[in-house]
Amino acid sequence: MTALLLALIFWAVAWAFNEWLVRFEPRSPVLRRLIDIVVPTVFGVAVLVLWEGIVRGFSIPSVLLPPPSMIWARIAASVPILWADFQQTFLKAVLIGYALGCGAGFVVAILIDRSPFLQRGLLPLGNFVSALPIIGVAPIMVMWFGFDWPSKAAVVIIMTFFPMLVNTVQGLAASSAIDRDLMRTYAASYWQTLFKLRLPAAAPFIFNALKINSTLALIGAIVAEFFGTPIVGMGFRISTEVGRMNVDMVWAEIAVAAVAGSVFYGVVSLAERAVTFWHPSVRGG
Amino acid sequence: MSALAAQEPARPGLVSRLAAGSTLPILIVLGAIVVLWYGFAVYLNMPWQLGVYERSGAEWTLADLVRDTLAQERPVLPSPQQVFAEMWRTTVEVAPTSRRSLLYHAWITLSSTLLGFVLGTLLGIVLAVFIVHNRAMDKSVMPWVVASQTIPILAIAPMIIVVLNAVGLTGLLPKALISTYLSFFPVVVGMVKGLRSPEVIQLDLMRTYNASAVQTFWKLRWPSAMPYLFTSLKVAVAISLVGAIVGELPTGAVAGLGARLLAGSYYGQTVQIWSALFMAAALAAILVAVVGIGHRMVLKRMGAAS
Repeated sequence: MTALLLALIFWAVAWAFNEWLVRFEPRSPVLRRLIDIVVPTVFGVAVLVLWEGIVRGFSIPSVLLPPPSMIWARIAASVPILWADFQQTFLKAVLIGYALGCGAGFVVAILIDRSPFLQRGLLPLGNFVSALPIIGVAPIMVMWFGFDWPSKAAVVIIMTFFPMLVNTVQGLAASSAIDRDLMRTYAASYWQTLFKLRLPAAAPFIFNALKINSTLALIGAIVAEFFGTPIVGMGFRISTEVGRMNVDMVWAEIAVAAVAGSVFYGVVSLAERAVTFWHPSVRGG
Repeated sequence: MSALAAQEPARPGLVSRLAAGSTLPILIVLGAIVVLWYGFAVYLNMPWQLGVYERSGAEWTLADLVRDTLAQERPVLPSPQQVFAEMWRTTVEVAPTSRRSLLYHAWITLSSTLLGFVLGTLLGIVLAVFIVHNRAMDKSVMPWVVASQTIPILAIAPMIIVVLNAVGLTGLLPKALISTYLSFFPVVVGMVKGLRSPEVIQLDLMRTYNASAVQTFWKLRWPSAMPYLFTSLKVAVAISLVGAIVGELPTGAVAGLGARLLAGSYYGQTVQIWSALFMAAALAAILVAVVGIGHRMVLKRMGAAS
């Protein structure tokens, strides 16, 4: 019970610290950014401590919910397995599928850019498909492309294609008429207008799709593995270890997936900041 | 020009009117997809069919080949009419209460989708209200709400269900919880944006009226958040359907569209997989449409009919 009590005290102290910290309005921007990072970190640590305290305090069986320390021990003990799964699922299926799916969506958007007719036909369908549970094609892809990573990459391609298509088409329409007129007065060709005006203007939309897709891709690859895999992969590990009630291994795998997903998202966000430095949301007006 | 148009009311032909809207383009694209589908069905099912011909030593013509590839028992890619025949058989010709009815499975999935959607929406709204009214909450929780979605949460689905089954929670709720987790995020983000959408001048007006925080909330913040809420709800309902379907996958669930998909993939019943997929698509379309109708009704009621 002391563990629970200590955790609760820690939680209260952390919360009070955060309350105090957000009231603090430092003048220097560096300090400001530091606070923006410290506050959520303190919150996250407090949640972990509370989790540990509750699990120990109520002595919840580790089959139900292992404490964070146990998950960490498991991660440290099984790095080779986790790395093999990570390679199979993330480096092969996710990254390849993501690149191909986003690339195809982008190229198709450019191709149909000159045909308003096709745009009017494809856009509503693209929007509709985005609302569909596309993940359901996973069993079909596994049947067509076999158990190994190509079938997972295929699922990822299908899942990432439509968000990219829809967002790129919208982005290409985002440049204002006055800017396009200016390009025309410069006698700019279609391709010049595309590369110098419309693609940069579309960048925020494209990055939005890239961010959405970074999450979708990981989900697609992992879920597709539930339908059949070789004996390696994150989805495979999760479903088999659940069957064997090795819940700490499952959590370790989830932690890896979480870190991979967050890092992936973070890298895309950094690229976005670098490319769309002119956008108001990045300049932080 | 305008005078001319006034004398002779513009009555463009049906075709040009359709072409001006998006109906005709959509139909043409759909038609192209169906044609492609047939083409691929013939092409992908051909090797197996050729093998059959070779073994039986029968003479075959192209017409035979097309006919047979579109009517295989376990095709690589079933033809559209096979899928719709299967859907017709399993929805209309079988009683909805039967285990063999697709409607029965759709209902199982729909009920956990809706339960999860409602829970997720409530959770999302409550979180958003706290985030808007408490600065510490905003700074510490909001980054984690965003981070929680970079985590492939569907991966936890099997575990949540197995674990909840172990504690004796079975049936609807575990699946619904996955939908809840997936659907709360768009609602939180949308509602935080919406509750913050009143402009400073409007908030100042409320202050000059000496309105309390609760009054400001109900009379200003809540109504102005409505458009944002419904936009998020459309995303949320679609994603909670995905959650429910995936939640049915790994549990050895015996009912629901996800279970149908899994069973189909185990036994190589491609027609069954495709019909379950189309059912899921229809469900998604209906759910999004219903939320859209709610959106329009609420906006109309609020007087912002546009």
